[in-house]
Amino acid sequence: MSGSAILFAVIAIGITWGGFGICLSIAAKKN
Amino acid sequence: MSNERGQWGSRMGFVVAAIGSAIGLGNIWRFPYVAASNGGGAFLIPYLFALLTAGIPILILEFAVAHRIKTSAPGCFGKISKRMEVLGWGQTMISFGIIVYYVAIIGWTINYLTYSFSTAWGQDAGGFFFGEFLNISDSPFILGGLNTKMLIALALVWVINYVVLMGGIKSGIEKANKIFMPLLIVCLVIVAFRGLTLEGAMQGLDYFFKPNFSALKDPTVWLAAYGQIFYSLSICFGIMITYASYLPEKTDIVNNAFLTGLGNCSFSLLSGIAVFSVLGYMAAQQGVAVSEVSAGGIGLAFVVFPMAINALPGANGIMGALFFLCLIFAGLSSSMSIMEVLVSSVTDKYGAPRKVVLTVVTILGFATSLVFVTGAGLYILDIVDHFVNTYAIAISGLIEIIFIAWFFNLEDVRQYANGMSDFTVGKWWNFTLKYMTPVLLSVMFIFNTYIDFTKGYEGYSIEALSVFGGGTLAIILVMAFVLKSIKGSGDHEQFIGEGVKM
Repeated sequence: MSGSAILFAVIAIGITWGGFGICLSIAAKKN
Repeated sequence: MSNERGQWGSRMGFVVAAIGSAIGLGNIWRFPYVAASNGGGAFLIPYLFALLTAGIPILILEFAVAHRIKTSAPGCFGKISKRMEVLGWGQTMISFGIIVYYVAIIGWTINYLTYSFSTAWGQDAGGFFFGEFLNISDSPFILGGLNTKMLIALALVWVINYVVLMGGIKSGIEKANKIFMPLLIVCLVIVAFRGLTLEGAMQGLDYFFKPNFSALKDPTVWLAAYGQIFYSLSICFGIMITYASYLPEKTDIVNNAFLTGLGNCSFSLLSGIAVFSVLGYMAAQQGVAVSEVSAGGIGLAFVVFPMAINALPGANGIMGALFFLCLIFAGLSSSMSIMEVLVSSVTDKYGAPRKVVLTVVTILGFATSLVFVTGAGLYILDIVDHFVNTYAIAISGLIEIIFIAWFFNLEDVRQYANGMSDFTVGKWWNFTLKYMTPVLLSVMFIFNTYIDFTKGYEGYSIEALSVFGGGTLAIILVMAFVLKSIKGSGDHEQFIGEGVKM
């Protein structure tokens, strides 16, 4: 796997799964 | 009326069901292929941009309006403006148009689940699918009789949906999603993990993630990204409006929309990893480039993936079963949401008992879906799916967004949503809905229409496209006006056209 592919995989997974996790933790804190 | 309506048992129950509806067959078989063929990793830039500028804003809009008005799509639009009730019925009929073929595909995946243990498709997966399994006829007009094995699976899917919806919102849909969604994630994670351990998997992932930045200059790549977001979030045909109408008074709008949108995209990425790691292995075994085995849609699920399963070094049957279980769980969680649109729309307007409406919808739906388990089923399904997506949903979405963004006080909707949310959205939200989304939806619609009129669709004859595609659109339109014109129960009629404010 090339470096650019790894970079994009990490960024994409970070934004989607990371974003989902942050929203989930905000929801957990507020409730 | 609202007191008799169901309600989600918990906030997470709603979020899981909304994500379950958004995650469908397309996340597994469409997204990976669309992404890989439109710039690979670079596609993720317009894709995430589309999520933030169209997907999530529309989700917030539908959640907020439905939570305020607390009724299904016809009632929601009808209470804002009496004339717009027809848009809600149009969306309800779109749901009917989709559910009848969607359950047929889920039925096929159930058939294939049973085949996977023995890899019954043999070495010629394509020949098996089109020949022995579909017994495909020569033309969309040659039905060739009902296919018994497909009919049994189709009936099973209708029964599952019927039983789940009979349980209502909290005990039916919410409970089913809380079972299906974790199972779906577990199955897909196992497929992805197994795929990643195979030789050639990294080449597959390289094909999927490697960015081709020149693709970003191509407007069709941006349209593909907006199309993927627009068609995969269950927006603009009544589902999210229906689901959000069951939210309790005290809830969250903005964060729930972000959770739904991001959850859907997170799953799509995981699907891409699972699919392309296995395809990478298959390409390595055949000594060809990954692009040569890359496929999407029905071809990926029923031809290419079975071939990949054949090539696995071991546990072929289990891997096949897990893959088709993923499709079944993803399909069922979406199909029950589409059915709920029909049930809630009719129940809300006519005040008929839910069980009676559900039974009638199931019988009518089952009878209509029989055409998809004939020898011409695949042709008709392909045409109906294309016309419903390209024309019906696109037009419905365009009218919905323009109607609410331009003829309703969008700022009031934003403040209503922000007033009950974990975090707030700024005025950028108004801008995306008022300008960006209508323009992009219009461009997408005009572009797709132009392609259809200049190149046709998949080589089908004008007669076939007119009868099955045009016919479906005509039925949706006529039925929307008929259902609007039939007088409803007292509660519905009393509040329709009241010009509700947020």
